[in-house]
Amino acid sequence: MHRYAKKMEILARTLLGSCAFLSILTTIGIILVLSTETIEFFGQVSPLDFLFGTKWEPLLEPKSFGVLPLVSGTLMIMVGSGLIAIPIGLFTAVYLSEYSSFRTRQIIKPVLEILAGIPTIVYGYFALTFITPVLKNIFPDIEVFNALSGAIVVGIMILPMVSSLCDDAFQGVPRQLKDGGYALGATSFEVIGQVVIPAAASRIMAAFILALSRAIGETMAVTLAAGATPIFRVNPLESIQTMTAYIVQVSLGDTPAGGVEYLTCFAVASLLFVITLFMNVIGQSIMYRVKKKATR
Amino acid sequence: MMKEKTEILINSNQIEKKEKSFATIHPGRRRAEKAFKWISRIMTWSTVFILLVLLYHLGKEGWEYIDWQFLDSYPSRKVAKAGIKAGLWGTVWLIITTAVITIPIGVASALFLEEYGVKGKIGKLIEINVSNLAGVPSIVYGLLGLAVFVRWFNFERSILSGALTLGLLIMPVIIVATREAVKAVPDSIRFGAYALGAHKWQVVFYHVLPVALPGIITGVILALSRAIGETAPLIIIGALAYVSFVPESVMDEFTVMPIQIYNWASRPQEEFHQLAASGIVALLALMLTLNFIAVFIRIKTTKRNIQ
Amino acid sequence: MNQENIVLKTKDFNIFYGEKQAIFNMNLDICEKKVTAIIGPSGCGKSTLLRSFNRMNDFVPSFNCNGAIEFEKKNILKLDPMEVRTRIGMVFQKPNPFPKSIYNNIIWGPKIHGHKVNYDELVEDSLKKAALWDEVKDRLNESALELSGGQQQRLCIARTIAMKPEVILMDEPCSALDPKSTIKIEDLIDDLKNDYTIVIVTHNMQQAARVSDYTAFFYEGELIEFDYTDKLFTKPSNKQTEDYITGRFG
Repeated sequence: MHRYAKKMEILARTLLGSCAFLSILTTIGIILVLSTETIEFFGQVSPLDFLFGTKWEPLLEPKSFGVLPLVSGTLMIMVGSGLIAIPIGLFTAVYLSEYSSFRTRQIIKPVLEILAGIPTIVYGYFALTFITPVLKNIFPDIEVFNALSGAIVVGIMILPMVSSLCDDAFQGVPRQLKDGGYALGATSFEVIGQVVIPAAASRIMAAFILALSRAIGETMAVTLAAGATPIFRVNPLESIQTMTAYIVQVSLGDTPAGGVEYLTCFAVASLLFVITLFMNVIGQSIMYRVKKKATR
Repeated sequence: MMKEKTEILINSNQIEKKEKSFATIHPGRRRAEKAFKWISRIMTWSTVFILLVLLYHLGKEGWEYIDWQFLDSYPSRKVAKAGIKAGLWGTVWLIITTAVITIPIGVASALFLEEYGVKGKIGKLIEINVSNLAGVPSIVYGLLGLAVFVRWFNFERSILSGALTLGLLIMPVIIVATREAVKAVPDSIRFGAYALGAHKWQVVFYHVLPVALPGIITGVILALSRAIGETAPLIIIGALAYVSFVPESVMDEFTVMPIQIYNWASRPQEEFHQLAASGIVALLALMLTLNFIAVFIRIKTTKRNIQ
Repeated sequence: MNQENIVLKTKDFNIFYGEKQAIFNMNLDICEKKVTAIIGPSGCGKSTLLRSFNRMNDFVPSFNCNGAIEFEKKNILKLDPMEVRTRIGMVFQKPNPFPKSIYNNIIWGPKIHGHKVNYDELVEDSLKKAALWDEVKDRLNESALELSGGQQQRLCIARTIAMKPEVILMDEPCSALDPKSTIKIEDLIDDLKNDYTIVIVTHNMQQAARVSDYTAFFYEGELIEFDYTDKLFTKPSNKQTEDYITGRFG
């Protein structure tokens, strides 16, 4: 009996451990797949031309592989969505943690959860069929596909993430610190602006970074709403193309495996992966450090 | 009247005597406070407004085509005949396959991290790794699935490839949710079992897992409902928009509702946009059902725990 | 009981948390430029009452009260809480300096109130009054979080003094400190009563006996006995007070 139990113990540990190890394998898989195909791509296109070229025409002759138009498109979406999500998300977190009644919280929290749970394709549809027509009333010159409406819906998508992470950050500020401010006769505005937000600053920063990284990786909404025009320019009313949207565009066509168009997908995805990984690591390490400090 | 006046006099004397203190609050500060509160309030309620507008728009656009025929027809060039049957069944097949593959592995990983591993170096590494995987864009998983499952394993553009890809994608979500549920199991249960001479695996499987199960189920359902809405990775691995059959095995080609919606929405014709809205309504209804089940389980079990 | 100037006075004051009553019919007089200690077993409502003096209970959603707290002939409960707090400062159980420099901690209060004074003088003056100046005068721009616990608490006192309040409320100000820092704070309280009225809540009876002029003994939300500290600790007139100070319960 005892020996059987012991054997089971080893079996259980190995079984559970190997499942957990699968997540490591996933990471290794991602890195291997992206890097092998990207290296092959760099065999045909110089990395410098790829990273610093301003012309992206991989499907037309003469081909050119400058990724900057895709990067600029992605950045426009990131900045635009940040301009929407950061103020609304931050103020919502402020309202939820400082002003709202319990009942308001009971309404707003599920609403944010629903907004977070709505699939990205739905947001893309919303941008294309609702936001763009509305914008057309304001800016008559706006194109059918444009960066602005893409940025707005991506902003709506990442808003729940901003507000819930900021809310957590505010909850992490000790009550007695706020009391200290109030006891000096400060208003809520002064306590929030000058005590709470500075005290939670690093976690709020982390929240912004993580949310913006999510915006960069966003795919279907921008594919549907922001267009497929990889041109290096900064006009939110015109059509652009993000890195993610390009990958989808190529996948929808029937590109043969191994061709240079096929390889571009992996090169672009590598860049995307490196950027988002970089942001996530920074965001998470800030969170981790702050949490460690708080438990001390 | 007289009395009031003297009181005011006394008060103003007091204030004069205490000139150095800050007895009065500058009206500008009150205005700033009020403005700030109102801005916060408006921003907060704007989220509700956005959701209502979104739902209203979808309902308005989608109601025209949504009926039984829509749910029971294959895609067609003719709007009136088109339906989402292939996508609906594809989604159902895909989600069930994903669930069967992912749940055991995800739960096992979480149990390992929570009950066995985290203190060690490997546990720490896996933990950091999982939180980073959660932040990888979904489209990257699509490329991973394309290279590994579709090409290397030669599963082609099958439901199996799709399920494996989505499985990797939602694995971090399931692991995190399961860990929360396992963490919530009180140590007294573990100690009680150990005190009777139980081995660790017995404690984990016979005592911890059953108690954590409701929480795990809730988390898993929420993760699956996220998987239902995923589009990009499935497009990458080559799920097709034009499928006019219901899959019969996991090796069949397939499409899913979001891809069908994307296909309709990306056409220029207005009617197809309405068709897309109908598809979205059906998709959201499916997700809502799953979420209700999750909430139901949560309510049921919290009641039980309170008793 | 005494002829001195009364600054703060509760009149038939009751506090409720939801259905539960925390303070019953409180009638308590606080004398100007004296130290009044409130003692009693934990849960007797002493902190609750203290926090009502500067309306800090407003933040508790289920909080409710009736009666009056008079301050300069006005009912605190009817005034603007922010105004009340500028006149009646508070020092908390755990030192809670803002995560800013020492200098900015001191001037934060006066600054938000738009008070135009010479901030350098104000900082020096406040820190001197709080007996912290000599220890920190060379590092005013360092973070207040670098200070030791006792120094942080004195900084919080200095921060309160900078507002030039009439009354300083202290909610177990030494409970998170080591004995050495405690002695420093107690000496400081002794100095401060020349300029300020102080109300201190403490669970430490020796401390109450050492620092206060008057002592109030609370039990289960009621004022059992209120008298000169010397008298209350040597010849308590109430049996419950005697039992408590002799350590029979609490």
